[in-house]
Amino acid sequence: MTTPKPVLTVEHLTIRFGGLLAIDDLSFEARTGDITALIGPNGAGKTTAFNCITGFYKPDTGRMSFHHPSGETHLLERMDGFRIARAGVVRSFQNIRLFPAMSVAENLMVAQHVALQRASIFSIAGFLRLPSYLKAEREAHDKARYWLAQTGLENDADTLAGSLPYGSQRRLEIARAMCADPSLLCLDEPAAGLNPSESLALNALLKKIRDEHKISILLIEHDMSVVMQISDRIHVLEQGRLIASGTPDEIRANPDVIRAYLGVEDHDELAMVSGGQV
Amino acid sequence: MALHTTRPDVPALLRDAGLAGFVAALLAFPLLGFELNASAQGITLNYRLLWIVYAAAIVFAGRLGISLALFYLAPQIASLIPKSGGLFARLSPHATRYSVGVIMIVLALALPWAGADRNLVDKATLILIYIMLGWGLNIVVGLAGLLDLGYVAFYAVGAYSYAILSTTFGLSFWICLPLAGLLAGAFGIALGFPVLRLRGDYLAIVTLGFGEIIREIIINWQVVTGGPNGIGGIARPSFFGLEMLPVATEGHTTFSDFFNIPFSPDQRVIFLYYLILMLALATNFFTLRIRQLPIGRAWEALREDEIACRSLGLNPTMVKLSAFAIGATFAGFAGSFFAARQNFISPESFTFIESAIILAIVVLGGMGSQIGIVLAAILLVGLPEWFRDLAEFRMVAFGAAMVLIMIWRPQGLLSHREPTLRLGSGGSP
Amino acid sequence: MAYFLQQLINGITLGATYGLIAIGYTMVYGIIGMINFAHGDIYMIGAFISLVGFMLLAAFGITSVPLAFFLVLVFAMFFTGVYGWTVERIAYRPLRRAPRLAPLISAIGVSIVLQNFVQLSQGARVKPLQPMVHGSFQVYNDGAFQVTISYLQIMIIALTMALMVAFTLVIRYTSLGRAQRAAAQDMTMASLLGVNVDRTISITFVIGAMLAAVAGLMVTLYYGVIDFYIGFIVGIKAFTAAVLGGIGSLPGAMLGGMLIGLIEAFWSGYFSIEYKDVAAFSILVFVLIFRPTGLLGRPEIEKV
Repeated sequence: MTTPKPVLTVEHLTIRFGGLLAIDDLSFEARTGDITALIGPNGAGKTTAFNCITGFYKPDTGRMSFHHPSGETHLLERMDGFRIARAGVVRSFQNIRLFPAMSVAENLMVAQHVALQRASIFSIAGFLRLPSYLKAEREAHDKARYWLAQTGLENDADTLAGSLPYGSQRRLEIARAMCADPSLLCLDEPAAGLNPSESLALNALLKKIRDEHKISILLIEHDMSVVMQISDRIHVLEQGRLIASGTPDEIRANPDVIRAYLGVEDHDELAMVSGGQV
Repeated sequence: MALHTTRPDVPALLRDAGLAGFVAALLAFPLLGFELNASAQGITLNYRLLWIVYAAAIVFAGRLGISLALFYLAPQIASLIPKSGGLFARLSPHATRYSVGVIMIVLALALPWAGADRNLVDKATLILIYIMLGWGLNIVVGLAGLLDLGYVAFYAVGAYSYAILSTTFGLSFWICLPLAGLLAGAFGIALGFPVLRLRGDYLAIVTLGFGEIIREIIINWQVVTGGPNGIGGIARPSFFGLEMLPVATEGHTTFSDFFNIPFSPDQRVIFLYYLILMLALATNFFTLRIRQLPIGRAWEALREDEIACRSLGLNPTMVKLSAFAIGATFAGFAGSFFAARQNFISPESFTFIESAIILAIVVLGGMGSQIGIVLAAILLVGLPEWFRDLAEFRMVAFGAAMVLIMIWRPQGLLSHREPTLRLGSGGSP
Repeated sequence: MAYFLQQLINGITLGATYGLIAIGYTMVYGIIGMINFAHGDIYMIGAFISLVGFMLLAAFGITSVPLAFFLVLVFAMFFTGVYGWTVERIAYRPLRRAPRLAPLISAIGVSIVLQNFVQLSQGARVKPLQPMVHGSFQVYNDGAFQVTISYLQIMIIALTMALMVAFTLVIRYTSLGRAQRAAAQDMTMASLLGVNVDRTISITFVIGAMLAAVAGLMVTLYYGVIDFYIGFIVGIKAFTAAVLGGIGSLPGAMLGGMLIGLIEAFWSGYFSIEYKDVAAFSILVFVLIFRPTGLLGRPEIEKV
């Protein structure tokens, strides 16, 4: 059996903000069908790496290739954020970015904008409510319902997204990202602020997305119970550099990782880096 | 109850009112106490120092009166205002809103026959122009969240398109109406393309600048636009080819001859009223429908969070541009109707204050609420029309009303938003 | 060359007044993030109050020009400051936590009130003033064309520079300046740390109004005519200047004002007076497209 192409290859990624070297020559890859985790102390550059991959920041140097299951390769550093999303890299946000004044169902419909807009043919078919558009709309409703059920939000379809409790907002963000048809789902701290039982449910959901929907996941996480249980591979960042890669068991035993997290040697430096979080 | 057991803190209220009166005196001193009297010889100063006393006294008494009224009436007022959901919370169920809309349309249709005189119909026509403009701008500001302070520019483009096409090429209103809309929409795209990347307030100032640029071009490009003198003799719209004139021009028939009734200017007024009513309702229908389409949802999503939109594959520039262009198109339609109704247009009709009034209608109405815009237009355009004789007093009151309504209801009169679909157990819409 | 020099002098004079008004916009925007739409009308009020001041002094028989100028400056700054304070207190403070557009609509309302109030109380006619400051230097003469700089122009430029320096020092070194910068960064945090945010914002409006009054006084002397409508277009241009320079930045406001003044002077000097506003706005659009935060504004990193 040959190993499939990685879904994402990051090579020599570097970005600096003013004098601060946020990411320094970072290279790693995420394998197709895996859950890959990026971990590291605060300020290690995880979210910055995410922002580069999803097109919100332009890196100074480096190359990021996204290999779509269809065989196409996209060079992400050359693409606008919205084109990256259309190519199949869809993300969530650390500080939750929903459309708060719109209902949960509407949030999920916006996520299917690209497909629906195509079906509405410059809004003309949609405006005239032609059967072809109505069919696409029904399918979109079904997809939204499916992901509502998967994330346990089926009873909240018509509530305002902004009025949902925190845990539900996190799940809605994942549902919304899934509605946008990703091949690589990028989740920025999906377990932040969740209680232990919600965390467990999240683990199950992510495994299901990987195993049943065959979607690769790249996630940033602080919650080690999530990371160690569901990740296939883990990359550890410290001060913008990759210090370790491996399976959860390998990472657990890696002395560099332990040092980075406990900060035995470089206590002052670590504090400084956490203060300068981007 | 509370009002019997507690007494107002009279010294504190007096001190407060005294301070207000003092500030009023300071404000009044330079500008009410003296009058600069310009004449051919130069300028002289008239003394009206008593006015300072009047101003201070009025403000003192007013402030004291309001404080006392608030003190004694606060419990009653509080019980009158519903705790949440706002003044028109009862309107929120879909069915109620729908019936309110239908009742309003029926009333509007019946207006010319329900004993309304020509003057009233004429004023209603003016209000409808602003309702249509408000609905058009609502797409840009209320739905897409783009702050446009130069909306009047597209209104002007529509008006001048019709005026120029009609007077130089003799094209009819019905041919020019879509052309004017298209031209205004094209202007919207041309102006919007370079600037829509800017953040909110920058966009506001740039659109404001564009509004002024267009007006300046109209004033200075005399050959085409007639400059400050404007364009006169613009043809009136016809009723399916029948002219609304006492005597037909060559090769045409008048409305009155065709139906064999005596000519009356009222016919034209009523015809124009129904015409703008139809145009406005078409705008409303368009908005209600497009809100439920992907592009309409994209507008609202963009207003909510542009970054999240990008992460879902929406192209923010295209989404903004479409809202800007469609809003401009409706302004163009309204503009060509305006030119047709007035028979004469000049740059004076397209000043910044028009943009401000239209924007105020949208914001006062409650950003995105179609019925709210109707109420706000009646309030801001209708009421002042009845007090036209009071001239500048009317404008002072108009400005003050804008401030007071915003303080009273910062979120607008009707701020309830109806979701565009329901996926809950209740089934689809 | 001579003609160029003359336009340069005229442009700097004009730019100085725009800069003074732009400071009011930029400070208010910096601290509460709203476009104080009524600021142009505050400038107009300042011009009227200055004119009233001059007429009053003439009635009292004060003829010494430097003394009259100084007294009117104080008079106009004080009373215009009261207008600035009142506007903030009545129309903006209740809307501190309101949706973003509410204060803007309120400001447009205030602008309408102020214009029509002055029109009602002072009449719609243009108000002329006899020139008070005479005389000029001849800077340069190439035989065909004389370049002059009038005493009034020198006074305007010098006063503007002095105010700018004083003002920059205030913002940098006094507790008021610290409070302003703190409130601009984070209003809630500032008030938790003991900054009286309401008072700081009030003072910001008063200072903005006072600087606008100085501009109003200088324009009254420079052009010799005012009317109730002058605030609108000057207000827009001053705001344009603030955005051009980078909104929130004081040196930016001054730089933007100078640029707008120079563009206007050169455009009307070399091309046509008719499209001078078009020129100013077009430059603004170009600058914003290529440098969205203005010339001296700090580029923002988008927070994701």
